[in-house]
Amino acid sequence: MADTIARASALEGRFLNADGLTLVRAEPAARLSLRAPKTAIKSLSKALGLDLPERPKTSSAKDGRAALWLGPDEWLVIDENQADLAGACASVAEFHSAVDVSHRNTAVLVSGARVETVLNAGCPQDLSLDAFPVCACSRTVFGKAEVILWRTGADAFRVECWRSFSDYVFMLLEQATRDR
Amino acid sequence: MLLIHCPYCEEDRPELEFRHAGEAHIARPENMAELSDEEFERFFFIRSNPKGIVYERWRHIHGCARFFNAARDTVSDRFLATYKTGEPKPDLGKGK
Repeated sequence: MADTIARASALEGRFLNADGLTLVRAEPAARLSLRAPKTAIKSLSKALGLDLPERPKTSSAKDGRAALWLGPDEWLVIDENQADLAGACASVAEFHSAVDVSHRNTAVLVSGARVETVLNAGCPQDLSLDAFPVCACSRTVFGKAEVILWRTGADAFRVECWRSFSDYVFMLLEQATRDR
Repeated sequence: MLLIHCPYCEEDRPELEFRHAGEAHIARPENMAELSDEEFERFFFIRSNPKGIVYERWRHIHGCARFFNAARDTVSDRFLATYKTGEPKPDLGKGK
């Protein structure tokens, strides 16, 4: 009889609710690393059903799908309903690159009144609401790991990181939560 | 911590997000195969390394990931200007 192998996602079962802060692993989602020149933005926006943001540090979201601006020609598209994002872009004739990175990334949802302080334990950016408003997003560093921060609410962030760094990121967030 | 202005992100960002990428405005010779060893050495290895203002390439590697150019004073470590790749050296004015 063959043994069955159960797939364990990164950060499965990890959770922390302490000192008014909640850390929880985000549900699995489809993710797309999208690179495209200006000429393809219009058709890609149409194919994905949301406008790709063109201003630095901005995002757009609609029906569980979001596009985060990472660079002048680079976006991270996240679909919480696990839709086939690469397939949606396949019909676009203009030159672009769409790579499925659903399993490369995982995310931690961080929320609570002290969220800025906790993230600033590892991230040197100014995360005040003036400098980093709701819906803002940015690739940055968190401790020694590269992460993508996306502010989903005044006191809530989604921290996207590579799954191989996720244990480190989660532990550092836990440590920062407990440090007062 | 040093704040560096990224011309693509259009704001000041912490230096941890950046990586130095060598001297800027070095044009790769078009007749590479015809260069003598001395000429190749000059192009490939020899850098100006002045005390004062240098023009450097930097990469916002943990941000927008773009390369850009910066004018920096090696004495004070102050960034005098940053500008997009392909743009000419900025006029830094007198007294700087």
